[in-house]
Amino acid sequence: MNLDLNLQVIAPALIVALSLLLVLLGEVFLPASQRRWLGYLALIGLLGAAVVAAMLWGANLSGFGKMVVADAFGLFLTLIILLGAALSVLLAFDFVRAHQLDTGEFFALVLSAVVGMIGMVTATDLIVIFLALELLSLPLYVLAAFKRADKRSLEAGLKYFLLGAFASAFFLYGIAFVFGGTGTTNLGRIAAVLGASPRSDVALVGMGLLGVGFAFKVALVPFHWWTPDVYEGAPTVVTAFMSVAVKAAAFGAFFRVFLVALPELAADWRALLAVIAVLTMTLGNVAALLQSNVKRMLAYSSIAHAGYILIALVAMGVNGAGSALFYLLAYTLTNLGAFGAVIALSDGTRERLELNDFAGVAKAQPLVAAALTILLLSLAGFPPFAGFTGKFFIFGAAVESGWAWLAVIGVLNSLISAYFYLRPVVQMYMVEPAGGWNRLRVAPFVAFVLAIAVIGVLALGIVPAPVIALASGGFLK
Amino acid sequence: MEIIVFYLFAAIAVIAALGVVGLRNPVYAALCLAVVFVSFAGLYVLLSAPFIAVAQVMIYAGAILILFVFVIMLLSPPVDQGEGALKWQKPLALGFVGALAVQLVLVLALAVLPSARGSLTPEVIAQRGDVQVVGAALFSDYLLPFEMTSLLLLVAIVGVIVLAKKR
Repeated sequence: MNLDLNLQVIAPALIVALSLLLVLLGEVFLPASQRRWLGYLALIGLLGAAVVAAMLWGANLSGFGKMVVADAFGLFLTLIILLGAALSVLLAFDFVRAHQLDTGEFFALVLSAVVGMIGMVTATDLIVIFLALELLSLPLYVLAAFKRADKRSLEAGLKYFLLGAFASAFFLYGIAFVFGGTGTTNLGRIAAVLGASPRSDVALVGMGLLGVGFAFKVALVPFHWWTPDVYEGAPTVVTAFMSVAVKAAAFGAFFRVFLVALPELAADWRALLAVIAVLTMTLGNVAALLQSNVKRMLAYSSIAHAGYILIALVAMGVNGAGSALFYLLAYTLTNLGAFGAVIALSDGTRERLELNDFAGVAKAQPLVAAALTILLLSLAGFPPFAGFTGKFFIFGAAVESGWAWLAVIGVLNSLISAYFYLRPVVQMYMVEPAGGWNRLRVAPFVAFVLAIAVIGVLALGIVPAPVIALASGGFLK
Repeated sequence: MEIIVFYLFAAIAVIAALGVVGLRNPVYAALCLAVVFVSFAGLYVLLSAPFIAVAQVMIYAGAILILFVFVIMLLSPPVDQGEGALKWQKPLALGFVGALAVQLVLVLALAVLPSARGSLTPEVIAQRGDVQVVGAALFSDYLLPFEMTSLLLLVAIVGVIVLAKKR
């Protein structure tokens, strides 16, 4: 029996959890007119956690009997998640009021999902990873259904919940098999046992089941069916938050489990994941070509991006994890910005969701249109934006480790994606505006998010070196 | 003797589990689930974990199942008449599930599972008492997962209230 209470290691998650409790108390005791302060409280909690996470950088602490670590990989992803959450909270300020959603509960659920996400990327024990996965999933099921008056939002929540519970069961079953085959749930010890003993079929089955659980959470083909419906039905702010933060968290645990605990089985999972990456990229991009709804298009595009990131996992090696970290940061800024632009262009609660709703927007809202254009070009991977640099590093890592054909398929897929990312741009700039849309002032918070996203995307694209130096410190094993 | 009792409980659990998914009347399915839970409690006793067995009966067979039955009564769903919207998915699903089941059974049947790797052997448990062992582990080695569970429960309560409360 040992009591290893190293609270420093979990300090970022603790701060977010504390602000979650304060927001819940505030919802009870503050009058309805004062509840907008809860958003600021959530924002302060997220910023405080980010400061603490930055202070832990380089110390490489571990705690609670090696169940959690604060290494470069985990802290980099923690900061990405906190950035994504903070930008989502900023987007939510006016959105929550305009759509008359319950303020306190909304921010509390976002914060609890963040606690789970930080847990996922810093955990080194399968039990903690599973609990963190549930802690991030439960609030998101509720957030997807948060617009209770809207049938499609409820449908999104129910679909996400049923399929998510199903995936959690697979994940748990995988943990049981890995435990059966190795006798431990600690990632480091699993690797040691697998390295010392002959090939274990039980652990192999466990690996497969764990892979199914992760593939569902990051939306890899063929476990992606929920994504378009959930992303379309959920409130746009929630979709924005889900599309970036869940990806960062689930990919973090995915990378850690497969690179730290299961490198002995790499010969088995690398080929399998390479095939899944090809299917995911291709299906995501081809299906996105066919969409006329922008939220659905961004949903399929997020599936395709999961495929690109999976290439980094297949590449393994020194640059695999680091290039994925850089890509996830670039993707977080870009995607949140794109959803922010969709929110900025909405007319009260009426959102521009169909492609032809974007007709002539450049005339009415030139700045927002320019920002959305930059962000879409970055998603498509045009230089000099962050999306290009990120893809460059991932494909580079793949070529270096001898998976050049995978990189070639990735490049071909980026070419396909350019077509559908440019369609809204063409609508905005080259089609005459349709009537019936009021020109509203963009809320300052939303404008701020757009500015951060555009500046970040440009900075990461033009001077990526400092961030890459930080990200490559996140080399696992 | 032990092995006979194991197969007895295991067989009851499998048959009852088939009943849960196979029976059309939701009340019968819920009752079959109770049988599954209780036979699992029997398996836990065989694994020298009487505390887990008691918790299983109290929480699953007791609280959770009562909740299931209450929800079924309150919603009074119609008895499933078969032939729903999912026509071609059914054989496909049966095929996939069958393949997965065969694979899992084969792997487990052929595998040599490591046993008693940790420090908690049956002798230690018998000496210190099952409840004490579980309690000590829960509040020392597994303190972090334990506290995370409490946060998870809080979030679940908030989530349910958000979805269920009146506008």
